[in-house]
Amino acid sequence: MNATSSPKIFVARHAMGRTVRGPAMVADDGFSARYDLDRIAGVFSRPAHKLAGRSYVGQVLVLDTAKGGVASAWMLHEMAARGVIPLAIVFNTVNPILAQGAAFGDLPMLAGFEVDITAAIADGAQVEVNPGARTVTVLG
Amino acid sequence: MKLNDEEQDILAGKAGPVPQEALKHQIQVGDFFGAADFVPVTQAHIMADTESLGEAGVKWLESLASTREGRRRVRIPTITDPRGTDFAKAAFLGQTKAMLTLEERAIAAFVKLGVMMTDTCINYQTVQPATRNEHVAYGDTGVVIYSNSVCGARSNFEGGPSALAAGITGRTPRYGYHLPAQRRATVRVRVDATPKSLNEWGALGGVIGRLAGNYWAVPVIEGIEGAPGSDQLKHFGAAMASFGSTALFHLVGLTPEASRYSDVADDGMPAHRIGRADFEALQQSYRKEDKIDVVVFSAPQLSLLELRDLAGLCEGRRLTVPLLAITSPQIKPDCDRMGYTRAIEEAGGSVLSGMCFYQSYAREISEAKGWKRLATNSAKLVNILGGYGYVPMLASMEACVDAAQNGRLA
Repeated sequence: MNATSSPKIFVARHAMGRTVRGPAMVADDGFSARYDLDRIAGVFSRPAHKLAGRSYVGQVLVLDTAKGGVASAWMLHEMAARGVIPLAIVFNTVNPILAQGAAFGDLPMLAGFEVDITAAIADGAQVEVNPGARTVTVLG
Repeated sequence: MKLNDEEQDILAGKAGPVPQEALKHQIQVGDFFGAADFVPVTQAHIMADTESLGEAGVKWLESLASTREGRRRVRIPTITDPRGTDFAKAAFLGQTKAMLTLEERAIAAFVKLGVMMTDTCINYQTVQPATRNEHVAYGDTGVVIYSNSVCGARSNFEGGPSALAAGITGRTPRYGYHLPAQRRATVRVRVDATPKSLNEWGALGGVIGRLAGNYWAVPVIEGIEGAPGSDQLKHFGAAMASFGSTALFHLVGLTPEASRYSDVADDGMPAHRIGRADFEALQQSYRKEDKIDVVVFSAPQLSLLELRDLAGLCEGRRLTVPLLAITSPQIKPDCDRMGYTRAIEEAGGSVLSGMCFYQSYAREISEAKGWKRLATNSAKLVNILGGYGYVPMLASMEACVDAAQNGRLA
């Protein structure tokens, strides 16, 4: 599963940003700022999304993959400017748009694990995302 | 990343702060994906509607545009995706002065940066298609998947800030679909039924996109009969990219890198079979209502041939609900000149240009106009608009025009 001795530390292949701690919001689903979010209200708004209706503000989103179009590259920056943004995003797989958006919006991001990260971390768990070490740690 | 002498000079600020910041951003992305170096690109295409940028993004553009030190203008042809409005039809759409002011500010900043305001997501049909092995930095997923797959060009999805950075530096990190190895197929699909209408092409693209599931998956598709045209592959690719974040597909015997299956894929990959029932099921899954509030043809913008078909369907009709047909600024003058605009608008429809429906404050348009139940022949559009509070429904162009006349989708 992971390259460390602890079963609650997961190592990513791709990482950027600063270290943050917060609650994990987990779903085996994708992410697109344009397709999935009401960015004004700060909630998942696409009815078919597994997190529909839930607020993502201040959450460490743990999701399967980046979806959809290129708008997320701007939108994360715009969401950050208004303070209505996740704390970090952790993906099984990411596309360039979300990585570019994270770089532009200063959003910590990890991607690429040897386990399905959406099955390994429980919804609501406290986690630490440490891009410098390329790890996400379940704190409790 | 390995930097050459010129890149080291840019990073050191010798070309000024704008290229320096652009290269820093590109290095951050390149490092994230393990890029070894940069690759020169010949064109960039920027998705930058102001709904996405917001005030923060426009201020950032203005700060770049007002930089006096060093070089701030793009150094390769850099074009734009649709804007957030058609200024001539903004009042009809219920768009506010604040939206239009933000658009005007963004356009002014782009012009100062040397960007060509082409405002199109079908540049491969209107401006200049990329060619095989040409490295480009394109935004808009539909543009990327078409250019990679149908033209054989090489691009990743480049979001607005990254595409602008590529325009300014003339290069992009060499990862993903710039690498030949990444272009090999990873998902094998055997299609048992070739779509007929554009909505069916889109629906099939959506089914394959869902199956592929992520950006790094490359479908190789067998079984397509005949030679699909540009509009068919436009809807097919745009939907695949929308549903699956897919950036490249191969059609065996049709697209340039896949004369034979073995050109792009290894033997022994299990094939997923997809038939007519699968893409019809995707279409049916969106059929929630009979009554409709609006019909929209957009995403991607319509070609001149699509507008010709639409004009023919509208001729002599009296539409009872709004019908919007959205095209590019390059196509619109021909649409006017050939009488297609007149035929559509005399029936009660509207032809708009330079925007795309979902990139133009679709949620606010819905609230201003009371439009919720929407019929379209674009699979990409139905995939997007659910998140904007619409009930989008997918049907043929003919059925959509009938619905615009009768108020109901048969």
